[in-house]
Amino acid sequence: MTAVKRAIRDVYGDTLAQLGSENKNIIALDADVGSSSKSIVFGKAFPERYFNVGIAEANMVAMAAGFATTGKIPFANTFAAFMVLRAGDPVRSLIAYTNLNVKLAGTYAGLSDSYDGASHHSIADIAFMRSMPNMTVISISDPVEAELATRAAASYMGPVYLRLSRAEAPVIFDKKTYDYKIGKGVTLVDGSDLTIVATGYMLVKALEAAELLAKKGISARVVNIHTIKPIDRELLVECARQTGAIVTVEEHNVFGGLGSAVAEVLAMHQPVPIEIVGIEDTFAESGDYEKLLGKYGLQAANVVARAEKVVKRKK
Amino acid sequence: MSLRNENRKHLEGLCRKFRQDLIKLLHGIQTGHPGGSLSSAEIMTTLYYEKLNVNAKNAKDENRDRFILGKGHAAPMLYLILADLGFFPKEDLVTLRQLDSHLQGHPSAKTTNGIELSTGPLGLGLPAGLGIALAAKLDKKDYTTYVLMGDGELQEGIVWEAVMSASKFKADNLIVIIDNNGVQLDGTLEEIMPMGDIGAKWAAFGWNVLHIDGHDVGAISDAVDTAKTLKGKPTVIVARTVKGKGVSFMEGKSAWHGKPIGKDEYVTAMSELEVAL
Ligand SMILES: Cc1ncc(C[n+]2csc(CCOP(=O)(O)OP(=O)(O)O)c2C)c(N)n1
Ligand SMILES: [Mg+2]
Repeated sequence: MTAVKRAIRDVYGDTLAQLGSENKNIIALDADVGSSSKSIVFGKAFPERYFNVGIAEANMVAMAAGFATTGKIPFANTFAAFMVLRAGDPVRSLIAYTNLNVKLAGTYAGLSDSYDGASHHSIADIAFMRSMPNMTVISISDPVEAELATRAAASYMGPVYLRLSRAEAPVIFDKKTYDYKIGKGVTLVDGSDLTIVATGYMLVKALEAAELLAKKGISARVVNIHTIKPIDRELLVECARQTGAIVTVEEHNVFGGLGSAVAEVLAMHQPVPIEIVGIEDTFAESGDYEKLLGKYGLQAANVVARAEKVVKRKK
Repeated sequence: MSLRNENRKHLEGLCRKFRQDLIKLLHGIQTGHPGGSLSSAEIMTTLYYEKLNVNAKNAKDENRDRFILGKGHAAPMLYLILADLGFFPKEDLVTLRQLDSHLQGHPSAKTTNGIELSTGPLGLGLPAGLGIALAAKLDKKDYTTYVLMGDGELQEGIVWEAVMSASKFKADNLIVIIDNNGVQLDGTLEEIMPMGDIGAKWAAFGWNVLHIDGHDVGAISDAVDTAKTLKGKPTVIVARTVKGKGVSFMEGKSAWHGKPIGKDEYVTAMSELEVAL
């Protein structure tokens, strides 16, 4: 992990524009947050293929569905909260139901739009998107993934939800060597006492936690699950079998997100003790992002505590 | 009854002070929305100091008028007013948007005294306000419900569902004021999504429509008085405003919708507001 940071949304916007020049079928839509989502970069490059519909998210996503029926590859952009809450019906009834090739980019996910407060935080989007049949759910952890995941989504046939953070995130991956594949988890650190399974911006916290645990003599494996659906069952089962305990970490309600997805798989295929680190079914509040993550239990120290707990639960 | 000259002067003085306090506050915390807060200064100030029957000492009085900030991102202006009126200590203001503060980035009825409804996601204020207005009728109470909306906010489909419903249910105790500054987040309404003749649209749904200069406290006061006399239909006041009003480099600029205020910008803004009006 390097100290270099880049805003995930900047990389997303640049990549979208780049994709636009490679493929004329790619179009983009936004609902008056193009300067926040950075879809505006695409809009400047391809004004005739950019549709800013104003503050009308449901309309935008239903339009995207229409575009997709003609062979266009629409990227619809808004805040993650509004993608789910305002556009939920067209996401389900038009896109998921008919398996339309629409890319839904939900920016400002989790608590990353920290100062705007609970009204703008998005802690239920994974739960919703994951329970839509046909939907692929991707969560982005670093600037390199922002590019690779956006590219992968564009070439994948079918509906994809891209979960994007507002944060400036440290570069974790090396673009030259990263073999990014939808549905394939990635082991970043090997370990034998437990596996920390993280997604999105929480991957940084997981890596930090693993270092702290190493100092305490606990060997933690760290796995990045960037595709929450379809989830990498094989890898999770292997980790559970080899390390015997799991801690999941996500910037989402503990109900219905990554932790739930992992628990569903392991309960059926390789039951081991699991601790789910996430937002404890509460609304958060306005504040500095890192402080907020601390107050709501999403810092490395919280992961460490739960890792120690889960190791004790092993028989 | 029209505003007396001294009341008008008083309101204008308050607006000038609130604008300065707003710039100070938002510069201090380096987050929050200056543009839409500045454009609604006269509207909210006139309502709170001349029209609303609300009292900080009895904030939950069941006969109180209800004010709903549909465009929740203008919360800082509302907080300045509520603090001045004693709904919470003025010292709280500097905690805006900080951890453990009751002053959330967008109004929270759960945490802040004087906030009637939690808003932020645009478009929900009007339908909720309609529910409150219709409850007043059921309860035979004569309070008025006011909803302040953004003009970009009007683009949400749910707004028109509520416009239609208010008309059907004859909510003549509901007054909507539109902060018609012609600017939204990504640009002007003309660029992003033109709303055409806003008044004609509401009229077509069966509303009374009044047009005023939204920075003229006398006109705001008169329009509210008129609205209260109009029976049988809800009334919308289309208030022509300038986004970022009072700070020349912010005026009419979508870039200042939600941008942190830099040091030099702060100095310029404050010097303009010292001499303004
Ligand atoms: C449902 C929803 N979509 C998007 C946003 C993000 N957003 C906040 S303010 C704003 C622009 C509002 O423009 P307008 O209503 O004209 O307000 P004003 O000009 O008075 O600030 C947008 C798009 C939001 N808060 N809610
Ligand atoms: Mg506006």
